[in-house]
Amino acid sequence: MKKRVLTVDDSRTIRNMLLVTLNNAGFETIQAEDGVEGLEKLDTANPDVIVTDINMPRLDGFGFIEGVRKNDRYRAVPILVLTTESDAEKKNRARQAGATGWIVKPFDPTKLIDAIERVTA
Amino acid sequence: MTNAAKHLTSGGRELIAFRVGDQEFCVNIMSVREIRGWTQATPMPHAPAYVLGVINLRGAVLPIVDFSARLGMKAAEPTVRHVIIVAQVKSRVVGLLVDAVSDILTVSDSDIQPTPDIASDFERSFARGVLAIAGRMICLVELDSVFPSEEREAA
Amino acid sequence: MDMNEIKEIFFQECEEQLAELESGLLKLNDGDRDPETVNAVFRAVHSIKGGAGAFGLDDLVSFAHVFETTLDCVRSNRLEPNQDVLKVMLRSADVLADLTNAARDGGGGVDEARSRQLIKELEALANGELPQTATESAPKSAPAGVAPPAPAVNEEGFQPVAFSFDDFDTGDEPTIEPSTYEIVFKPKSDLYSKGNDATLLLRDLSRLGEMSIHCDMDTLPPLDRMNPEDAYFSWKISLKTDQGEEAIRSVFEFAEWDCELDVALAGGTVGMEEDLPMQPVPFDLSILEEEPQAPAGEQDRAATGEGTPRNAAVAAAQTASNVLQMAQSTARVSPENARNSQSASAAQAAAQQAASAATPTIRVDLDRVDRLINLVGELVINQAMLSQSVIENDTNGTSSINMGLEELQQLTREIQDSVMAIRAQPVKPVFQRMSRIVREIADMTGKSVRLITEGENTEVDKTVIDKLAEPLTHMIRNAVDHGLETPEKRVAAGKSPEGTVRLTAKHRSGRIVIELADDGAGINREKVRQKAIDNDLIAADANLSDEEVDNLIFHAGFSTADKISDISGRGVGMDVVKRSIQALGGRINISSKPRQGSIFTMSLPLTLAVLDGMVVTVANQTLVVPLTAIVETLQPEASAIHSFGSSQRLISIRDSFCPLVDVGRILNFRGAQANPVEGVALLVESEGGGQRALMVDAIQGQRQVVIKSLEANYTHVPGIAAATILGDGRVALILDVDAIVAASRGQSLKPEMSLAAAG
Repeated sequence: MKKRVLTVDDSRTIRNMLLVTLNNAGFETIQAEDGVEGLEKLDTANPDVIVTDINMPRLDGFGFIEGVRKNDRYRAVPILVLTTESDAEKKNRARQAGATGWIVKPFDPTKLIDAIERVTA
Repeated sequence: MTNAAKHLTSGGRELIAFRVGDQEFCVNIMSVREIRGWTQATPMPHAPAYVLGVINLRGAVLPIVDFSARLGMKAAEPTVRHVIIVAQVKSRVVGLLVDAVSDILTVSDSDIQPTPDIASDFERSFARGVLAIAGRMICLVELDSVFPSEEREAA
Repeated sequence: MDMNEIKEIFFQECEEQLAELESGLLKLNDGDRDPETVNAVFRAVHSIKGGAGAFGLDDLVSFAHVFETTLDCVRSNRLEPNQDVLKVMLRSADVLADLTNAARDGGGGVDEARSRQLIKELEALANGELPQTATESAPKSAPAGVAPPAPAVNEEGFQPVAFSFDDFDTGDEPTIEPSTYEIVFKPKSDLYSKGNDATLLLRDLSRLGEMSIHCDMDTLPPLDRMNPEDAYFSWKISLKTDQGEEAIRSVFEFAEWDCELDVALAGGTVGMEEDLPMQPVPFDLSILEEEPQAPAGEQDRAATGEGTPRNAAVAAAQTASNVLQMAQSTARVSPENARNSQSASAAQAAAQQAASAATPTIRVDLDRVDRLINLVGELVINQAMLSQSVIENDTNGTSSINMGLEELQQLTREIQDSVMAIRAQPVKPVFQRMSRIVREIADMTGKSVRLITEGENTEVDKTVIDKLAEPLTHMIRNAVDHGLETPEKRVAAGKSPEGTVRLTAKHRSGRIVIELADDGAGINREKVRQKAIDNDLIAADANLSDEEVDNLIFHAGFSTADKISDISGRGVGMDVVKRSIQALGGRINISSKPRQGSIFTMSLPLTLAVLDGMVVTVANQTLVVPLTAIVETLQPEASAIHSFGSSQRLISIRDSFCPLVDVGRILNFRGAQANPVEGVALLVESEGGGQRALMVDAIQGQRQVVIKSLEANYTHVPGIAAATILGDGRVALILDVDAIVAASRGQSLKPEMSLAAAG
């Protein structure tokens, strides 16, 4: 069975890039546009891994990660944060919120897939 | 429309031949969308005499040109027996009113003779050449020249 | 979907983000301090940067990065967004838009000096320096005090690829002599709670070389004291690899904060055996390479023997959640906890509300919508044809068929309205573009201008919107360039030095009305009049009302500016504006008050696809007259018709005289003048020309007609706005009332037309 990836990003461009990259790599992709939708879609997505942006309307990446970690069914799901920031502060906050790892944008497909492979069985 | 087979040559082009008065013309079949019967056209104000008006072609407004009048010959008096050749000219679709469609020809480039130099400039501008088919002379018409875009802008 | 399509999406998205950016900045400029507004502005730039990075659009990335950094200062309250700061930001938004366009269209169109200058200004702002223009209006010290310098990070410039996973591309690494490393890895419970998994880390480690693992379970407490969420194991690994220590450490990149990690060359100082007495447990990772199908719990158990913390965690999750639920339900009695859970659920409710507030939308290809609109147009025509043939063939009108037809007509109209609504869009994007135009021309003319927009959510057909930008741009330029006075003159006239341009949109009786008002000097009627006389537009002794004088500015080639400035000059005058509005089936009017300013009013149809028309007969031809143009219809009596000069005729209507216009003659449908008494007069209002009575032979009725382009296959015809297809399947022409009226004033239809072609 294909691994399921929930992607959360408010940018249509990035969502589509993720979709294409992940589908080509044989993942099943479920998309959400922001943290709120991401949390709503957890049950339908039942993801093996989550890839999320940080800056999003309604509920940002930090809030979303906290939400996932509070959810008993999904709190063990690895979460990778997409970030354009390479500075330690952002990573640190993501980490404190419960992120498993991060991918620095602009990602290339190999990096993305590598990172996903690293955190999933 | 029975002569086609006789003129089949490999790599040939297909032409639609039609009659206007006692003359025969033909155009490249690739530019012909359909052939339909004459219906009453809505006259256009300030239009040149050869523009008979516009008709409704499945929702699009199609100008109808009297081919005979366009070539400076006698203006047609359209009847139900006349036909309209719906042709694509550049980005536009126009209807050509002709007496009848006579043939579909398949010819090779070598069958097309140059326009005789007795023709006037005007005739030479739309005639791409002439064909001799079974004792008939058929003039190959260049539709782009019959409907130069400037001409229509100024119409 | 391929990369090109995604790029297409990216540029579409950029356009939206740029609009969002500008409207947000304008809100801030108006004193809005809602953090969400600042966030939205930041996100817009951030998003553009993110996408641009993915496509390697470096110019765009580096500008967006500097911009973003400065916006981040505003977001974190380190920079007060006062008007001077926003001026820089609005200009930066313009440059960002230019850069985006340049990236899309392949270079060009970017003022590099301007962009470099703005980068400097943005960096200065981020570093706590005030904009140079802010001499007298230093910001009042915000609660946080004067903006402290931004972190030095910003000065380092932006590296598009700041971090890479290349370390894992083992093939690329320079080969290092294989060495054996002793690694001690002791996860903390956080490692698991963040979704990392010790077994996966070990798996990745094993890929670096030959590895042997020993698991230490000594700290594992008895089951009754075990916390399933805690981490009790540690591993000692011996790894022979040629990848070097860096590669080993980078395996633990995501986990380094949440574990104790020790990496040392074998034979080094790490005296593992003594520090951590270990019971060696053979550790088989091969299972991880198998089908990842097995349920997570079992897999882990198989992989890690007796039970890794994750295994325990997963196994215990259900119990834990039950316990948690119990805890929560009992805790409700405790006021403090109750408050907590209350605020949590309130937040959840708020989030849900936000979710439901955003109406779900889908994006549809415009072609599909247009295809649907065309089909519905066909349906309308077909329905009309059907009705007509039923009426013709069934004079006694069998009621059931008629009722059915009426219902069909009703339904068709509803379908048409709904389909049209799909294309309806708010005028907002066009209005937003205008604020940039105002900024640019204000800069060029040295005038100080404030643009106020109202009713930007007024909706109108997309085609109308698309075609609105050009005339509106020209009018705005005109209003600032010619309408508004210089600050000095304004002050001298007792006005605020800052001029105001107000752009308003609203719906009025089935049309959209767009108003452009300035508080400038108003039209100099003497000057206009003189110019018109000089240009032979009017006779020197012509007696014109103020309104008529004002409307002279719409005449071809009319320009009151003493010299043609390159701003509103550009060889086009208000006549071109008028013509493009007319081409949209619209009208434009001006009213002006000396010293108080001018108001241009445009009224446009909501859609270009259908029109309410009066179907009339003229010289045996069926024509459609737009209903909006008709003031009233009258049956002329012989006594009301007065000849005037050689060919003119007037009709008296309630004591005033109105010129009669013979439509049939103007369109060349007949040579002789029609007898007015035998026909019907349509009183029409035209732009600036007052009223005219159009003579037609008979009125057939009113009908909504689908507008068909004549230009698609034919050409523009003077006096004819478009065509339509009537119930009998034949084409009918739609009259261009303004052109007909203009022609009646002696302007020939033909030159008008060549002008239209030129415009």
